[in-house]
Amino acid sequence: MDQFYGYGIYAISLLTVGGMYAILTLGLNLQWGFAGLFNAGIAGFFAVGAYVTAILTKPEAPEHLGGYGLPMAPAIAVAMLVAAAIAWAIGRICIRLRSDYLAIATIGIAEILRLILKNETWATNGPRGISSIPRAFEYLPDPWDKLAFMALVLVTVLVIYLALEKAWRSPWGRVMTAIRDSEDAARAAGKDVESFRLQAFVLGSALMALGGAYYGQYTKYFGPDSSDPASVTFLVWVMLIAGGSANNRGAVLGAFLLWTIWSGTQIVTGWLPREISLFGVAIPDVPVRAAYLRIFLIGLVLQVVLQRYSKGILPETRPAVLGRRITRGPEPGRQG
Amino acid sequence: MWEFVNFYLIPGLVLGCIYALGALGITLTFGILRFANFAHGEVMMLGTYLALTMVWLFGLHPLLAALPAMALTALLMLGLDRAFFRPFRSAPTIISVIASFGLMLMIRSAVQVIWGTQPRPILPGVQRPQAWLDGAILLAPKHVWILLATLAIMAAIHLLLTRTRIGKAMRAVADSPELARLTGIPVETVIRATWVVAAATAVAAGVMLAIDTQVETMMGFKMLLPMFAAAILGGIGRPFGAVAGGLVIGVAEELSAYPWLGTAPLLNPAYKSGIAFAIMVAMLVWRPSGLFRGRVL
Repeated sequence: MDQFYGYGIYAISLLTVGGMYAILTLGLNLQWGFAGLFNAGIAGFFAVGAYVTAILTKPEAPEHLGGYGLPMAPAIAVAMLVAAAIAWAIGRICIRLRSDYLAIATIGIAEILRLILKNETWATNGPRGISSIPRAFEYLPDPWDKLAFMALVLVTVLVIYLALEKAWRSPWGRVMTAIRDSEDAARAAGKDVESFRLQAFVLGSALMALGGAYYGQYTKYFGPDSSDPASVTFLVWVMLIAGGSANNRGAVLGAFLLWTIWSGTQIVTGWLPREISLFGVAIPDVPVRAAYLRIFLIGLVLQVVLQRYSKGILPETRPAVLGRRITRGPEPGRQG
Repeated sequence: MWEFVNFYLIPGLVLGCIYALGALGITLTFGILRFANFAHGEVMMLGTYLALTMVWLFGLHPLLAALPAMALTALLMLGLDRAFFRPFRSAPTIISVIASFGLMLMIRSAVQVIWGTQPRPILPGVQRPQAWLDGAILLAPKHVWILLATLAIMAAIHLLLTRTRIGKAMRAVADSPELARLTGIPVETVIRATWVVAAATAVAAGVMLAIDTQVETMMGFKMLLPMFAAAILGGIGRPFGAVAGGLVIGVAEELSAYPWLGTAPLLNPAYKSGIAFAIMVAMLVWRPSGLFRGRVL
């Protein structure tokens, strides 16, 4: 019975964290899949979501800013607004330039945010981070609190998915992909390219903050190094591209699939001995090295998917036009 | 006055030289291959670890060990280009950016698996600064090496780009790939030459940074933002713009910690790396083509 309980708890944690990654991946899909915008600073928006929610919901603490005691929902809304404001500022500057500049600027803003979180100790408790973050439903008895939180995350994923599906089929979504596929043609058709792109970038970044807000609640702790670029930004990119960019279902599938593999390999590296000997050479710190090898392999997965299966598991499908679904032909990439 | 020169201006110039060498490769690949190469910092870091291994194996001086490390890294870079960038030559360039993003993490984690994550010195011991000009200027020998080596490399790059066939071809492709191809310039050869120059200058920058501080696996990532900022400040595709940009950013970062108003540093030194970002954002707002009228791709 205890064993089943253990499996059950593991399944709940897989679905909960997988669901948070699904929110991030859907946010990136809005930016990259819909609008063709490269965001290399997912970790930054994620951290903003976690920190702002934590500070606004936690009771007063001497180490950092707090004591606002806001309920969960408005706190998360504020967190999303802050992320949206940052995205708007950076988007205003970079979106009119080529996508490479947005990539550089987003990696920069993530780095600057990390610096601020690390150094503004009065507000963020510096490198020690914020602990005992309140989590939704934690007052419920043991398995039910986790189940209820999982349900909250999964319902959020479903709501975002349905909203994005609606957006994808709407005129708004069609303009977005038109801009992505041919900026000049969309401009010639009288569409305000910059404004549409900015909308996708801001909305996507707000969703990333929502993912971060849940993540901080789930782990009950968030520090400046909780959002290191390797585990968040990169993983989300691999999830989207492997699952199928510009396909919301693919984004969700990629998130759950990659997260299951990622957390599964984490368990495997935990079993490794501290030192092994290979061809007579002793290799120390095996678990640490194996953890980095995991990142290397996920990088390799990205390269293979990019070169061989660039459409992902679930390829992009055009919204039904005259009752027909059109699958796009093979191509290595898009957006000029 | 001399305190300002010794503790702020000279360290700024030394750091600026390192940024300049790093930005050179960024601006060349951005100008010729037309994508922002996120893996550039990690190539620098990998080359520095190769140099460190030469120092361990053969007891070479770090500056001497840099030469075989540059050659090895350039060869490796050609292999990486073939495996990860060449398949996307005709694809939209943003796909190459994603590939470079993936390569960035692959190189870093490979180095972490092989060498471990502990920071290591490449130059044993601590160098005492020596007095110059009757004690007015204090300068450690390693800083003299860095300044002189940078000057030598800049001169070599200048000669390469202005006097050799391949260097002229590189500039032609940077100006217009279509025209260059029409005039019979072998674009693939130019691309290979670009990777070789980019890898070699990156390793030079990395070894100098290691001589100044230490070798660590995050050094490439920390350099990425200042290098991009320097390339954008100077104008994409303008090698001497990148050098000027690097020097400006290095000096600005060090001078930001000078107590200009009162006795406290003007900017908390923890935010030094924010300077590069601020300069870059300002350039993107006011003049995306950079100081030297580079390309806005």
